[in-house]
Amino acid sequence: MPLANDVVKAKLLDQFGEVLTEWDEQYGMLSFTAPRELNLKVLNFLYDSNELSFKFLTDLTGVHYPDRKGEEFCVVYHLHNLVENARVRFKVYAPVETPDIYTASGLFSGANWMERETYDFYGINFVGHPNLKRVLNVDEMDYFPMRKEFPLEDQTRVDKDDEMFGR
Amino acid sequence: MSDHINIKLPEGSIEKQTTTLNLGPTHPATHGVFQNILELDGERIIKTESTVGYIHRAFEKIAERRPLYQITTLTDRLNYCSSPINNMGWHLTCEKLLGVKTPKRVDYLRVIIMELARISDHLICNSIVGVDTGAYTGFLYVMQYRELIYEIYEEVCGSRLTTNMGRIGGFERNFSDTAFLKLEKFLAEYPKVQQELEDLFARNRIFVERTKGTGAISAERALNYSFTGPNLRAAGVDYDVRVHSPYSSYEDFDFIIPVGTSGDNYDRFMVRNSEIWESLSIIRQAYQKVQNFKGAEADVYHADAPEYYLPEKGDVYTKMEALIWHFKIVMGETESPSGEVYMSVEGGNGELGFYLISDGGRTPYRLHFRRPCFIYYQAYEEIVRGSMLSDAIITLSSMNLIAGEMDA
Amino acid sequence: MARPVRFNILQKSTQDWGINQVDMPEGHTGEGFFATSLDKVVGLARKNSMWPLPFATSCCGIEFMATMGSHYDLARFGAERVGFSPRQCDLLMVMGTIAKKMGPVVKQVYLQMAEPRWVMAVGACASSGGIFDTYSVLQGIDQVVPVDVYVPGCPPRPEAILDGFMKIQDLVHNESLRRRNGPKYKALLESYGIQ
Repeated sequence: MPLANDVVKAKLLDQFGEVLTEWDEQYGMLSFTAPRELNLKVLNFLYDSNELSFKFLTDLTGVHYPDRKGEEFCVVYHLHNLVENARVRFKVYAPVETPDIYTASGLFSGANWMERETYDFYGINFVGHPNLKRVLNVDEMDYFPMRKEFPLEDQTRVDKDDEMFGR
Repeated sequence: MSDHINIKLPEGSIEKQTTTLNLGPTHPATHGVFQNILELDGERIIKTESTVGYIHRAFEKIAERRPLYQITTLTDRLNYCSSPINNMGWHLTCEKLLGVKTPKRVDYLRVIIMELARISDHLICNSIVGVDTGAYTGFLYVMQYRELIYEIYEEVCGSRLTTNMGRIGGFERNFSDTAFLKLEKFLAEYPKVQQELEDLFARNRIFVERTKGTGAISAERALNYSFTGPNLRAAGVDYDVRVHSPYSSYEDFDFIIPVGTSGDNYDRFMVRNSEIWESLSIIRQAYQKVQNFKGAEADVYHADAPEYYLPEKGDVYTKMEALIWHFKIVMGETESPSGEVYMSVEGGNGELGFYLISDGGRTPYRLHFRRPCFIYYQAYEEIVRGSMLSDAIITLSSMNLIAGEMDA
Repeated sequence: MARPVRFNILQKSTQDWGINQVDMPEGHTGEGFFATSLDKVVGLARKNSMWPLPFATSCCGIEFMATMGSHYDLARFGAERVGFSPRQCDLLMVMGTIAKKMGPVVKQVYLQMAEPRWVMAVGACASSGGIFDTYSVLQGIDQVVPVDVYVPGCPPRPEAILDGFMKIQDLVHNESLRRRNGPKYKALLESYGIQ
């Protein structure tokens, strides 16, 4: 019997209570938010619980919301229960001054490079990560390019005229 | 001379008398640009350190500046050996966000194109594994037949490799009769070539000795590393997005998921080989279903979604509503819902996912590609530790690492 | 008893086969000798036996593989032996997007090639950055190495790559033997920071 979203929600509320907020069910996928200190506890609960058993990390990524003061960075985990074919989306938020989030690479080995990519793009510091270096950009880069305040184009290029290229 | 490329010797390598070998970004053409710094003890690999990002093109940042229908050209360049699958996956994501339902004929045509793309991707991977073991012939035979697939793409969308095929809601034009004739020619001629390719490798003593037992990964480690696609199926887990969460009417088709046992290079080769046979069977079934549409239904090639699908040019010049819709779509004035959607399709290498956060505007607020190659390349270090250098090379090519998808 | 001749008895000359053969350069012919000038012979020999180095990074690399295949054969131009060691190659074909991380690698490969060397930028990304006008992509490899021929396209059709190759062959054929030591070439290399 496929695992329904309300069963997942009931079990999570049972375990964690009211700290889990922003419950949403968009396009069929249940999504919720937890405070950033509890991210490993929630992931471990979802992994170890026999009924929920979300043992596959589909994706880990980051989003920058400059308008949410105090919670600018969001780390989004997509988890998948392969046996029951259920998916859930789990978010944690962090402020831009101290973007520290505990690493999930102890539980899921696949989270290693996914967290490095999120660090490379946003500067989110994953506490406890074995090798938190840039993975896609050049190592000497001194800013985090996917943040909303930085432009797409390389500002030092001389051969392209911004007026003609319709930015 | 090499001060701009720093090769740091691994810790303790001088005391342990190990050699450092740079399997650098310039591979012999076929594989793509990624670097491995290997620490070798004689021929055995003790440790590797992988570096990617040599073709990082900032797709996710570009996607924040482009309207939804212009992002299709970016998705082409992800896994460029099978670009139609990426295109269709993106269109399916947009249709899920916008609430557009495609008619069955469009779904079946999409299935034909996606399976042709899957065959094209697996052919490159398998023949390159052959080239790396020394058998160049299979590669040349197979490239000749990929030209037939390219001709079918050309009939549908005009381009061979980076196809930008289809629109949100369907296709840009109906498939011409020539396209179907070319498809029939391919279906008639190709199976015996595939049989020859399989016979050349499947029980060939040299190939089997080189690939059996090398590059193995167990199912538990593969799941922990979030493997998907043929690499995971070779390890024994039968997870295929087409069956688990069917999209584009895949539930109407009858096919099996081939699964290996030990996750080594031979199993990956045979799983891809079997998937090519399954794809041929799916294409035949889809072609049969498309031919069953008669009369007016046989001319349907897009969904009825005037807010997102450009109207016919003749109508734009004569009818008022069509002119207004054309203006709204091109200038980006159509209302699109705000929300978050995650949609995944079975790409050539596994679950290709699109995580789209839209704020109701013309361009996405955030678009993230869940790229299977990037995720499973992390496991390379664990797979080749302790094996010989030549096995590491074969593992690299049998894992089908496409650099465009890895770096995005 | 000799076996009767069965083949090649009807065709009189190679012109009937429809194969294009390389024209002889101008010179003096005699009984058992042919005299011409050195640079014509050297140009002719070089252009029909170029050894390319396919520096394939992305999608254009797959079109190159199709060009090397039997449908659009690059081998009939003499470029059958592709090498991956820059020390042994004449022509650096850069196919695909070059990111800023990869730029020093292209330069190093170019430096390791021996004179005379030619560079062909295949595809829009190698020529000018292509559709990727971003912070991480080099806007054309002519920012780091001097380029001889640009082949536009995204990706260029194999016929276009062959056309670019034929233009390289024209350059090779007509190149003067003193060009690489002359002041203009040295100034060109200086502008790229290459000694």
